[in-house]
Amino acid sequence: MSALDFFEILLCFGTIIILTPILGKYMALVFEGKISFFNSLENVVYRLLGLDTQKEMNWIDYTKNLLVFNLMGFIFVLAILIFQGHLPFNPQHIAGLSIPLAFNVAVSFVTNTNWQSYGGENTMSYFSQMMALGTQNFLSAATGVTVLLALVRGLSRKSIEERESKTLGNFWKDLTRTILFILIPLSILLSIVLVKEGTIQNFSAYIHATTIEGKDQLIPGGPAASQIAIKQLGTNGGGFFNVNSAHPFENPTPLTNWLSLISILLIPAALTYTYGLMIGSKKQGWAIFAAMMITLIIGTIIIIRADLAVNMMEGKETRFGIINSSMWTSWTTAASNGSVNAMISSQAPIAGGIAMLNIMLGEIIFGGVGCGLYGMILFVILTVFLSGLMVGRTPEYLGKKIESREIKMIILAILAPSACILLGSALAISTTAGLSSLSHHGPHGLSEILYAFTSAAGNNGSALAGLNANTNFYNFLLGITMIIGRFAILIPVMAIAGSMVSKKATPASFGTLSTDNPIFVVLLIGVIVIVGALTFLPALSLGPIVEQILMNKGILF
Amino acid sequence: MKTILNNLKIFLFFIFLTGIIYPFFITGISQGLFQNEANGSIISKNGKIIGSSLLAQEFKGKQYFCPRPSMSNYDSSASSASNLSPDSLALSENIAKRALENNLDIKSNDDLLYSSGSGLDPHISPLSAENQIDRIAKARGLSEVKILELKKLVLNYTEHRQFEVLGRTRINVLKLNLELDKKF
Repeated sequence: MSALDFFEILLCFGTIIILTPILGKYMALVFEGKISFFNSLENVVYRLLGLDTQKEMNWIDYTKNLLVFNLMGFIFVLAILIFQGHLPFNPQHIAGLSIPLAFNVAVSFVTNTNWQSYGGENTMSYFSQMMALGTQNFLSAATGVTVLLALVRGLSRKSIEERESKTLGNFWKDLTRTILFILIPLSILLSIVLVKEGTIQNFSAYIHATTIEGKDQLIPGGPAASQIAIKQLGTNGGGFFNVNSAHPFENPTPLTNWLSLISILLIPAALTYTYGLMIGSKKQGWAIFAAMMITLIIGTIIIIRADLAVNMMEGKETRFGIINSSMWTSWTTAASNGSVNAMISSQAPIAGGIAMLNIMLGEIIFGGVGCGLYGMILFVILTVFLSGLMVGRTPEYLGKKIESREIKMIILAILAPSACILLGSALAISTTAGLSSLSHHGPHGLSEILYAFTSAAGNNGSALAGLNANTNFYNFLLGITMIIGRFAILIPVMAIAGSMVSKKATPASFGTLSTDNPIFVVLLIGVIVIVGALTFLPALSLGPIVEQILMNKGILF
Repeated sequence: MKTILNNLKIFLFFIFLTGIIYPFFITGISQGLFQNEANGSIISKNGKIIGSSLLAQEFKGKQYFCPRPSMSNYDSSASSASNLSPDSLALSENIAKRALENNLDIKSNDDLLYSSGSGLDPHISPLSAENQIDRIAKARGLSEVKILELKKLVLNYTEHRQFEVLGRTRINVLKLNLELDKKF
């Protein structure tokens, strides 16, 4: 690795650290309604739609509205995909999707997973890309933020009136502010730079070219840049083209690659600072940021070292090289963004293993927009609880008691996706329907299956893409896994927010475990790694770990 | 019922805003400011479209620089990759075959041994270009002086790290080959 390579890596991490407090502060102002120009703008929308956003909702109402809203998204996407052949903006006359595939894609985009069972340029019309996939990129990301905001209010509200009203904010208001003032402005900025560098943005039919040697070439078109911007910022990751961000029309230059990387972690990282501001202690936010950052750096180092040792450009693009490809794999799997700029299947086995582990830990190393942080807060509460058990004190977080109901919900949220990964993989390797999609023998084959269920349960969306996932078996099973991976965490989080909001806060005393110092950061990372390792070490040993060991011995499959 | 109606209203509003207004707004700006890029960086020669500077096209002729191997056979409307693991037999067979075809050492680290991620990688590394110069000079029957000129041309077409930091040094194969036809 040269000094320039090192500087390039540093530039990525450094930019995130610098932008975190800036965007974090802005988002706190937006969420708390402190920018008066924005308030008058959003009020126009509420009046236009005739929505009462003054009234706050309790956890059940908030969740009910959120689920109804997401269900509408699911039905809408499903309908567009099935009937796309009869809809406009389809210059290539691409036919509608089969029902199993449409089901898979609809679930995947509503749950912020963006798993690609489809091929992009030859499966989706421009209309479907824009109206079905593009819109869900915004809506699913914003949904994640609304849940986070409800949880933050549940933890931070302390006055008697607030505790008695048991409300957590207004779902429509949180949603509107997130989309209008955060996601749309950032997406506009990013799309324009993308186009300047060469990402396409048009509605033309594919162009016929005759190459220098006289062969026909069909050059694809479409409104790609607008979609790619939100795909990165909303930690979605579903590509406009089949090979996603490896495609020169999605990610044409090193600059677009760097900007995309930054966009992927930007909002999840900045939300930790927003969190600190909203609960009234910036240190709490930085402690969570530190735990995430340390874990990310360790994972990134392992992946880069493993890939440099293998030193093969298979599945990678010349303009990015090996290190940028490794960085991308590390950051996207940490951040629940399913995009790829190189094929993970062709990276070092242990690089794929760390990618899987990043997702298996619960997509909380920054994680998805909103959902990464609420997942991390569950682990913070779990750490407080375990530490409380060790010293024999009632555990408290931010002055509020942690009791059996919260812990039960947390265990449910941690166990449900883990069970999906292990049981789903077990089912796939014991049936012909599951095994017939494999493209590799030996341990890499197990990794393909394990990765698919991991990616679906963690709502990540990337793949060890040798696996042919467009079969009824995988479309259906992975679809169910994505639903559980999203809502079996989201609903328990809302329930915790609902129970925490009515609890009395006691001021910190001498015996209170402080949750904003380095010792706690170490404890938190310890709990995350132990829970993840205990659950998944056996599976990972049989897949990427054994593959790496055999490869180092020169054994091929 | 009221819940459904309220959510439907806000749902349709955001579908309209993010699904129609937003992409058309971006398209308007892009077509106004960066028309060439927004439409695929198309390259024309004598009024005929011959490709895009961002997408690899096949060069079989020995007198041209050839791009990296493509698993989709350079089909730019169906991007794909090998997805082969570094420890797969199939990949080592592919590498051996490519080494033989291009007269390269298996351990030479030349990009031409490895298929790209998109199947459409428009670039090769400087090493890859250098390894091809002898073949091209022979095919075009170039003199010693001309070979030096060719080497200089390759240097001129070498793109460095963006802002001196980002990405890798690379050469755009289509642009280089067009210039090659013009000068040699």
